[in-house]
Amino acid sequence: MSVNDNLFVIIMASAIFYGTPLVFASLGELLAERSGVLNLGVEGMMLLGAVAAAWVSTNVGGPAIVVLPLAIVAAMIAAGLGASIHAFLTITLRVNQIISGLALTIFAGAAGLSSYLAGIWQLGQTPVKHQFGKIDVFGLSGVPVVGPILFHQTLLTYFSWVLVVAASFYLFRTRAGLHLRAVGESPQTADSVGISVSRYRYFHVIFGGSFAGIAGACFSLMIVPTWVDGMTAGQGWIALALVIFGFWRPDLTLIGAYLFGALSSLGLTLQARGIHISTALLTALPYVMTIVVLVVVSNTASRRQLGAPAALGKPYEREER
Amino acid sequence: MEAVTAPAVAAFHVTKKFPGVIANEDVTFDVRVGEVHALLGENGAGKTTLSNILTGLYRPDDGWMEVAGVPVDFQSPRDAIAAGIGMVHQHFRLIPTFSVAENIALGTGHDPVGGRFDLKKVEERVVEISESFDLPVDPRAKIWQLSVGEQQRVEIIKVLYRDARVLIFDEPTAVLSPLESERLGVTLQTMARSGRSIVFISHKLGEVASIADRVTVLRHGRSFETTSENDVSALASLMIGRDVESVKRSAGAIVDSSSRLGPVVLEINDLHAVGDRGLKALEGVSLDVCAGEILGVAGVAGNGQRELVEILAGLRRAGSGSICVDGESLENGSTRHPIRLGVSYVPQDRMGTGLAPDLTIAENMALKNFRRPPVARPPFIRQSVIDAQGRDLMEQFDVRAPSETTPTRRLSGGNVQKVLLAREMSGDPKVLVIASPSQGLDVGAVATVHQLLIDAAESGVGVLLVSEDLDEVLALSNRIAVMYEGRILDTFDRAEADAQRIGMLMGGQLDVSA
Repeated sequence: MSVNDNLFVIIMASAIFYGTPLVFASLGELLAERSGVLNLGVEGMMLLGAVAAAWVSTNVGGPAIVVLPLAIVAAMIAAGLGASIHAFLTITLRVNQIISGLALTIFAGAAGLSSYLAGIWQLGQTPVKHQFGKIDVFGLSGVPVVGPILFHQTLLTYFSWVLVVAASFYLFRTRAGLHLRAVGESPQTADSVGISVSRYRYFHVIFGGSFAGIAGACFSLMIVPTWVDGMTAGQGWIALALVIFGFWRPDLTLIGAYLFGALSSLGLTLQARGIHISTALLTALPYVMTIVVLVVVSNTASRRQLGAPAALGKPYEREER
Repeated sequence: MEAVTAPAVAAFHVTKKFPGVIANEDVTFDVRVGEVHALLGENGAGKTTLSNILTGLYRPDDGWMEVAGVPVDFQSPRDAIAAGIGMVHQHFRLIPTFSVAENIALGTGHDPVGGRFDLKKVEERVVEISESFDLPVDPRAKIWQLSVGEQQRVEIIKVLYRDARVLIFDEPTAVLSPLESERLGVTLQTMARSGRSIVFISHKLGEVASIADRVTVLRHGRSFETTSENDVSALASLMIGRDVESVKRSAGAIVDSSSRLGPVVLEINDLHAVGDRGLKALEGVSLDVCAGEILGVAGVAGNGQRELVEILAGLRRAGSGSICVDGESLENGSTRHPIRLGVSYVPQDRMGTGLAPDLTIAENMALKNFRRPPVARPPFIRQSVIDAQGRDLMEQFDVRAPSETTPTRRLSGGNVQKVLLAREMSGDPKVLVIASPSQGLDVGAVATVHQLLIDAAESGVGVLLVSEDLDEVLALSNRIAVMYEGRILDTFDRAEADAQRIGMLMGGQLDVSA
């Protein structure tokens, strides 16, 4: 048995595979939250992305190299449209962000708009035509240990790494990133130095939301790969917890995503190896951790200590008297 | 040169209305190049609204402004900054988790989204400015690590960094100790001498008289007069709109009931506590208050006063130490126990902590006795009794409102304070804890509230008065304690109290000769 059939290697490789949608979704949510807007609609936006990507992949003709990027763009647009509803409600109309986000998930999510569209488009009967398969990067997939883990993943995984690096650079090394953090920490301060609070919030809620669309596309084009109603199975909620888990930092969020990815894949992997632990227990683990993280963070005081953006969840209105 | 003769900034007939309030009406004034120009007015006279208009945060409903003789119409703060107008806000516009340099650089530079920012260059420029205007500050420090005085220096550097020609200071001394205030005055004059113009917003007559070259008086949102008067009492009558003598007398009639002090009703022993950020807020506070006296706690905001009063009201848990009310020890962190023992509490945050803004006056007045008859008839309460009690108390405490069923959010600041005092005084308390009782009130209401406090003391209540306004503490208290960084530095009898020494102590200056 080669070293690459080692249990550790297999779990690590599948952690990255299953963690990839979580990286996209939590990175997008991180951007929105850094601007001070909590978007609980991640799950709904992911499903919108998944259905849009599945449609493009099934119905658009052409080679995979054209169709797959198109599918990703479609997923981003679909989820971005969903996010723009949330942006309009919370930024312009100053609706409670929790209620608006929940409404978005209910409206777009399982048994909602995404299922409706899939029904009309008759998705889910066959696998999608084009999908993201694992690629052998520089022929290094056979290298012991790191080969299967780092050099035998799909393009979406490598794309997510680029985004994580870009987001870190953006947040901490650019002027726009400084402005974004300022808007999330103290919109009054940002406003007083001439930074447009609503422009930053709109942009990051919608752009961040489109990342959730890519996360959805990961399911329908890479993991499953076909349309299944409610196929994201609550991973949008895990993504929300990951943002907190990663202290609102892209790099730590990535690590958290792979940790949860490992938990998600543990059941399958162990079963394949004939190791018998209750699968129900293993499948439940990520969700249990999610609940713990969300409970901790729902307490305002502990949220402050974790380094949450100070204005997170608060609408901003200039002429307050 | 024509630019020399044109005022640095001028407002003409500026009017700004908010729902139900006219904040500014027909305000006209001008600021010359190189002068310190004070905007003097009471709380609510429209000073802050006017400065928000000058800095582009609000747009006037009517009237216009000129900068260096050219009419301007600011759409946003960015326009005002571009025109060279900068503001040092009363509540600092700083981000606690950012460094000094990051805060200063925020919003500057107009390169496209995605441009890198060079923190080193910012830091160098910050050091340069801080040296040339004697505003020492470490550009790498995080804001939350700085004292209030240092934070204000960051705010000033932030404005200078943007090359502002006109600097607006909104009540800059409100958060400073007397010593720091004096130093700020020198800085303002230095900046003016360097060719900048300073707009100095204040209601403190003394500092206006000593710092400002000219003064524009605002009253009820209108500009009254621009004068180079620097006589305090003349300015005072301009500000209030009537003779100051009456005000002085009503404030002076207060003192000296020291002979009629009763037994100790509130005894605080070695109290320790942590604040919201987990830092030490109280470090061994001991105080006692006798029946019939007003003990004034003086100090600059943020030295543990808020934590102290919240512990007394049971809103915050003490770390260690003991509190006795009339000999009985107070349960830690219970709000009902202090009420049962006769501790009344009038918080600084009157609308937030003190009253339920959407409930009626009468209901708010019943918030502390609704458990007992006659208001209660378990499991019900009697609305008619609540309303009758409300009417009685309104008359007794001179609350001016259409009726007892008016929601308290519609009341003016003075009436809000009277509703609170009515509720807190009506249950025969032994101790009254009151924080910043006159903050935000107009002069008439201040006099009434002060009289109510004196009445309370004379009726045998022990009053613990916590205030950042040293004049108020001096005017009302039998004894004065000075609080600094969570400790009581010293306690004086009113007769021995000396404003200057107290001022030094408020700034943490223990040594008188220093």
